[in-house]
Amino acid sequence: MADKLRTQQQLEALQNKYIGTGHADTTKHEWTSNIARDSYASYQGHSPLLHYMSIGMGQGVERTRMKCMEGMVLPCGPAPATEE
Amino acid sequence: MSDADFERVRKAQNERNISGKKTSGGASGQRTNNTKASLTEAFDTELYDGGGGSGADKFAGFNTSIPADVDDGDEDEVMRDADEEDGRLVGQYTATAAQIGEWASGDAGEEGDMMQSKEKQAQIANRETDYQKRRFRRNVEGEADGKTYRETMQEREIEREEERVRRLVEEQEKARIAAGDDEGEEMEGLVEHKASLKDGSADADVKFEDENGANGHAEAKPRARKRRWDLSTETPATNGEAHTNGHATNGEVVAKKSRWDATPTVDSAAAAAAAKRRSKWDVAAAAGGATPAPGPGATPVQSIMGFGTDISNRNAALSDEELDEMLPSEGYKILEAPPGYEPLRAPARRIAPSATPVNTNNGGFMMQEPVDPRSMGKQLPSDIPGVGDLQFFKAEDMNYFGKLVDGVDENELSVEELKQRKIMRLLLKVKNGTPPMRKTALRQLTDNARHFGAGPLFDQILPLLMEKSLEDQERHLLVKVIDRVLYKLDDLVRPYVHKILVVIEPLLIDQDYYARVEGREIISNLAKAAGLAHMISTMRPDIDHVDEYVRNTTARAFAVVASALGIPTLLPFLKAVCKSKKSWQARHTGVKIIQQIPILMGCAVLPHLKGLVDCIAENLNDEQAKVRTVTSLALAALAEASNPFGIESFDDILNPLWTGARKQRGKGLAGFLKAVGYIIPLMDEEYSNYYTGQIMEILLREFQSPDEEMKKVVLKVVSQCAGTSGVTAQYLKDKVLNDFFKSFWVRRMALDKRNYKQVVETTVDLGNKVGVGEIVERIVNNLKDESEAYRKMTVETIEKVISAMGAADINERLEERLVDGILHAFQEQSVEDIVMLNGFGTVVNALGTRCKPYLPQVVSTILWRLNNKSATVRQQAADLVTRIAIVMKQCGEDNLMGKLSTVLYEYLGEEYPEVLGSILGAMRSIVTVVGISSMQPPIKDLLPRLTPILRNRHEKVQENTIDLVGRIADRGPESVNAREWMRICFELLDMLKAHKKGIRRAANNTFGFIAKAIGPQDVLATLLNNLRVQERQSRVCTAVAIGIVAETCAPFTVLPALMNEYRVPELNVQNGVLKSLSFLFEYIGEMAKDYVYAVTPLIEDALIDRDQVHRQTAAAVVKHIALGVVGLGCEDAMLHLLNLLYPNIFETSPHVIDRVIEAIDAVRLAVGTGAVMNYVWAGLFHPARKVRTPYWRLYNDAYVQSADAMVPYYPPIEEERLRRVELMVMI
Repeated sequence: MADKLRTQQQLEALQNKYIGTGHADTTKHEWTSNIARDSYASYQGHSPLLHYMSIGMGQGVERTRMKCMEGMVLPCGPAPATEE
Repeated sequence: MSDADFERVRKAQNERNISGKKTSGGASGQRTNNTKASLTEAFDTELYDGGGGSGADKFAGFNTSIPADVDDGDEDEVMRDADEEDGRLVGQYTATAAQIGEWASGDAGEEGDMMQSKEKQAQIANRETDYQKRRFRRNVEGEADGKTYRETMQEREIEREEERVRRLVEEQEKARIAAGDDEGEEMEGLVEHKASLKDGSADADVKFEDENGANGHAEAKPRARKRRWDLSTETPATNGEAHTNGHATNGEVVAKKSRWDATPTVDSAAAAAAAKRRSKWDVAAAAGGATPAPGPGATPVQSIMGFGTDISNRNAALSDEELDEMLPSEGYKILEAPPGYEPLRAPARRIAPSATPVNTNNGGFMMQEPVDPRSMGKQLPSDIPGVGDLQFFKAEDMNYFGKLVDGVDENELSVEELKQRKIMRLLLKVKNGTPPMRKTALRQLTDNARHFGAGPLFDQILPLLMEKSLEDQERHLLVKVIDRVLYKLDDLVRPYVHKILVVIEPLLIDQDYYARVEGREIISNLAKAAGLAHMISTMRPDIDHVDEYVRNTTARAFAVVASALGIPTLLPFLKAVCKSKKSWQARHTGVKIIQQIPILMGCAVLPHLKGLVDCIAENLNDEQAKVRTVTSLALAALAEASNPFGIESFDDILNPLWTGARKQRGKGLAGFLKAVGYIIPLMDEEYSNYYTGQIMEILLREFQSPDEEMKKVVLKVVSQCAGTSGVTAQYLKDKVLNDFFKSFWVRRMALDKRNYKQVVETTVDLGNKVGVGEIVERIVNNLKDESEAYRKMTVETIEKVISAMGAADINERLEERLVDGILHAFQEQSVEDIVMLNGFGTVVNALGTRCKPYLPQVVSTILWRLNNKSATVRQQAADLVTRIAIVMKQCGEDNLMGKLSTVLYEYLGEEYPEVLGSILGAMRSIVTVVGISSMQPPIKDLLPRLTPILRNRHEKVQENTIDLVGRIADRGPESVNAREWMRICFELLDMLKAHKKGIRRAANNTFGFIAKAIGPQDVLATLLNNLRVQERQSRVCTAVAIGIVAETCAPFTVLPALMNEYRVPELNVQNGVLKSLSFLFEYIGEMAKDYVYAVTPLIEDALIDRDQVHRQTAAAVVKHIALGVVGLGCEDAMLHLLNLLYPNIFETSPHVIDRVIEAIDAVRLAVGTGAVMNYVWAGLFHPARKVRTPYWRLYNDAYVQSADAMVPYYPPIEEERLRRVELMVMI
């Protein structure tokens, strides 16, 4: 009982710290959005990768970076309406 | 020392050994000395004897009394003990328990009454000082809820007026008596001589005394204390007065009663009701009368039933069994009770046996009566309906919880009553229940707090807290209830704030540190819940309450409020209070609040320092002496808290403070000096120099003061002044030292412990400035003084000075006198004291090679003392060897050391474990400095003697032997043969059971050394056998030892045998093997890569075992292997193990699941994130929540630890918007 409570609290603390973490009730939309955002962040963080992608897509590195940034806004579209 | 001497010692020692054997080692050969504390007896009886010791010692380490300050309000607070707030759990004493008790309670033997039962001693009320007991005079019930602020204020005004009139009448009465108009000759001894010389300030003092109502005993102080011997004349005089004017025991006349007449004043019982100003000694007897606004039931007479005098037992109802036995069984019939008859249940009202007729506590002889079994809880229910089995149920509880057993049909009760009963039940569970009951009840109370409402809750909790028989545990629990409930109720508590304060404020002056902390917490939560405005309006009327106790506690509570809500919010109010024109009490309390704030908050006052100082600046020149004193104390507290900053805030008060110090005398001066002492260290150099010069003449004058309080202050201020950089050594030498040593280095100072401490401290502080030589030169002659306490004080001072500054400053002549003196002091001690030992050790170590000429003499002293009859002397001598071994080596006295160690070796048969431990310690220190090879006697003789000692169960002995043996095993294992080492191995196994971690660790390391010396096979065999024992701790330690052996002797020497052992079909052994593997792989780290494939089958087996613990331990092994082989090409094996590990993620037992998750994490590091994540994707969106939950846990762990590495491995999702096209780019 107390244990469960503590796990719950720990999970909440974890989620406050790391937005990308999930739990048993995470929806597909939340998860995929996180994946997309994490991916974009990762591309930008590794400059050789960014460089490679820019060459492949035939655009400037900065443009690719900008696209990555913009892609992070609602990467998977708006959240689907919750059905009650 | 000559060889002849040496021989003589040896001979004496042999004789002693032989005679010791004859008396079969009994203690009869030892001198029994009851006046000394036994070294072999643990003082901590609570811990070691399971409560066998007397209950009085239970609080030995605590502050069992508040330092004198609370006793007389602020008067004695001049030297508030600095450690009041430090929360130290263990007393830092080396004194007998009796001495500790004496210092803790102040009046030895009065409080820890042997005749008092255990429960009585556990009760809080029985430990309280009379001042603290005044809390019972406050009154919770009497307070109407709906009283407005105005009404309260008016009521207080009336109380004050009553008090004033009463004082006036008393004064006139006294004047009449003094004038001798009716009882002239009878009152001869007590005539008050009015001072004929009157100046302004004295006048003010008199006036202040007139007005000062409640603390009668406080102003009785300055008068010379009555000697006990003239009591016989005093008592009849008092009585006579009582008969004639009906104004008996009040006032100045008996205010300072000696405690010998503490028995309730029976003869003046009638008069006591009229007496308002009571001495603190008769509080218990006359508790009913004088509370300012007493309610009838508010101050129940405390039941002072003594042991065996409770006559109510005699009148108790007989049980059925007893009646059966007494009455004839034949020819009689037991009738049924008539219809409608209802047996009486236990009385709802408290029957307090009157205190007077049975005078119990006067300490006279009492016949011990056998305790009637019927009186032991028979009348009390052990089981309350709807509550269940309680831990205990006291008679007093019946008053509060009696309703629960009245057997009323609950269906007929109204909702309100039901609610009340519900609360009652929960409270009873919390207070008297078992821990699990308590927990659930507390939770229910908390959760339903708003539903129950503040009224019903507090109406029941608060009276419980006022109960006289309350014990610490109960109070703690009830306070906890309040705390929780407060949190939930929030602003609903407002109507109850005052009631709660009345109950909680006394906690702020409790002797127990934790009670004080609890009290602060509650009040601060209360302040946050009720809000500042409400707190102020509630507490305002108490600020100028007639009762000093109320004002004192209110001030403390206000300080807590300030720390909770912030000083700035409270500052305007404080400013107004401190400038109050209406009453000096208000100003006094206001200043006191400001004094308490820095004590509570420490350096957090710094931002508001200016404001706080400005608040009280004007009170430094108050017309009331008391206010001036408390102001100076508040300034001292502020300066102390803000040290070393904030001098600019004090600028305005410097002048009044210094000029004020010149005008004051007595208590007031002490306070001013204290403030000066704390402010000087804040100043920069030139100012501190100037201001010290200004104050020094007063200090020098007060050196001669006979007042203890003043002495303490003066000493403190001197040490503070000496500590500042502006005061030069030359100045101190010229102006201070002579007077200081003349007034304070006298034998009398050594007798009182507090003075002793203060003088030593101050001298050391002076020494830090003027140098070692100067100080030692002045006191070195005292080392040969005839008073032992004085010698001790000298040694302690020298020790502190020299350890702080070294001995370079000591010239040759002085050095000689010093060593000579300290040797003399050491030899002459009648009670062996750690102070002497430390002093000797420090001096010798500080002198270093300069000691060489004295060493022979020192050693011969040691040798003689080693041969002493008294165990403590021998122990001390051995301890001294430990201290000076290094210096002896430096001086090249190897020869002497050889002799010493030979003698010590002879003493290894010592019977007292404490002494044996010290002797072993001395041997160890000698071995350490001379080295194994040149040790005398040779190691091969020494070690066999140590083997049996390893069996000794005493911790000190164990620790020292294991250390010595380990050292030998490490440095010179070849000097002993393998068989001896094996024997030692066996003995070491027992050490693994030791309670002390240090011993277990040393034993484990020693296994490693021995294994290295004689090869691992035999040691390993021993250890593996030890895996079969029952004790878990022993097995764990064995496992650790195997790990250590494997580490020191390479794993391949150990693993085969270890893995073979796994085939033993016994759970403990297999587990032990797994555990050893776990430690082994933890220790060997990367070396593991060579053994992975060898152990994989074993782990495989363990991971698919039915037993949870097996799998758990195996998971731990996997974890350590995996972490060891990261990047070393063992991925295939790790993946294999992961496959076996993975099904275990559905385990629910916390330990198992934690180990499994850790192992998976470790494998993820070894084989890469991608591979392991492939396992995880499968379950993240599984239809069953039970499956999803652990999978998400794995996902989260992976995400936290290596989110970036996961990016390339996320599963491809074939939806338009979710495709990660960037990753598809291919050039």
